Amino acid sequence: MTSRPQNLQTKHLAGYRKPDRGTQPDYHYPPYASTVKRSPLKPLVVLPTTLSEVTGPLFGYDIIKANDFDLTKQSSGDPIGERIVVSGRVLDANARPVANTLVEVWQANAAGRYPHHRDTHNAPVDPNFPGCGRTLTDAQGRYRFVTIRPGEYPWRNHYNAWRPAHIHFSLFGPAFATRLVTQMYFPGDPLLEYDPMYISIPNERARWRLVSTLDWETTIPEQALGYRFDIVLRGRDETPFENDMRLPR
Amino acid sequence: MGLETTPSQTIGPYFHIGLTWLITDNLAREGVSGDRVTVEGRIVDADGIAVGDAVVEIWQADAHGRYAHPDDTQDKPRDPAFTGFGRVMTDGDGVFRFTTIKPGRVAAPGGGSQAPHLNVTIFTRGLLKHLITRMYFPGDPANGDDPVLQRVPAERRETLIAAPGEGKSGALKWDVVLQGECETVFFDY
Repeated sequence: MTSRPQNLQTKHLAGYRKPDRGTQPDYHYPPYASTVKRSPLKPLVVLPTTLSEVTGPLFGYDIIKANDFDLTKQSSGDPIGERIVVSGRVLDANARPVANTLVEVWQANAAGRYPHHRDTHNAPVDPNFPGCGRTLTDAQGRYRFVTIRPGEYPWRNHYNAWRPAHIHFSLFGPAFATRLVTQMYFPGDPLLEYDPMYISIPNERARWRLVSTLDWETTIPEQALGYRFDIVLRGRDETPFENDMRLPR
Repeated sequence: MGLETTPSQTIGPYFHIGLTWLITDNLAREGVSGDRVTVEGRIVDADGIAVGDAVVEIWQADAHGRYAHPDDTQDKPRDPAFTGFGRVMTDGDGVFRFTTIKPGRVAAPGGGSQAPHLNVTIFTRGLLKHLITRMYFPGDPANGDDPVLQRVPAERRETLIAAPGEGKSGALKWDVVLQGECETVFFDY
């Protein structure tokens, strides 16, 4: 576990650092059309660091079933598609592992179809692939899923729009301030450079953080290719700032 | 040397597949102490159109004003039955509902206390990163000296305070406007 600053009780709390400039998308990003009417346009109010932000929900093994990490074993039959292993580490921005944190994933099937009433794409639904999984990271922040490589699929953002293949990830981390929902992409996907969600991230190097890498270490011979996807959550300051409660002028 | 944080991406329209299993619309299960409240709200976009595909997550202290988390070292009792986490989804009319207890006051940095509040996270298609806001309780005198409310321009504070709901006692109404003249206050943290 990370070291815990003393004197948390009343005075000053060490907060979680904001992500570096350019590493996160803006709310209002018209190339992704759904942002136009759903993004706030008034200025955000800067929150001070309080107990409410440095605490957050914690989950235990009691809510996870043994097979929840294996998306290919959620049904009596085998799902169609290419089996893959997706694994990696969850770290904080101080490069420390985030242990025992909940990781939730969901994705389309091999044909690019979600088993969801709002998905009207006419690709086949796979009755053996519900498309969701969950796990907790271990003491070193490691997680591992077995799944099917998801297919690309069309969407109606613009003419001939196609989403690159992706897996949705949801993580909590140790605090309210560390919550993250993101998407993992696959290396070499030619659709990435046309995807408004991917290119909404201003900094090109930051975008690459969402692209997994082929991983021979986790590849299972004659069974499944491995992809590695490390995730970095916000890191906590080592010392509290005295001026944290300063009111805006 | 530090690492750069992973970029956020939208939750998209199909999150029900992965997130429904952990729906928690009753935070005040049997054995939890505190005054029960039922919160109902509607999420709308800039045109007042219902946001029918949102996830709302709640994080809150127990009735003593203490969080179920090791970093809350306040010298006060903790309700062992209360976890403080909730997750609900909006229906086709943009409406979400949950039952919980009114939290106690949590210490504020620099001394003093915060007014009772719920920490709320909102995800939806069209949000490339989630929104953070707070819900406060109507008529609570502590709202007057809450250090976070004080940072909010006076004319916008009302967007963070629930209204008494109709029907039984403990009913609260709290709508969220994602954009526009009456836009809810969202926080940068």
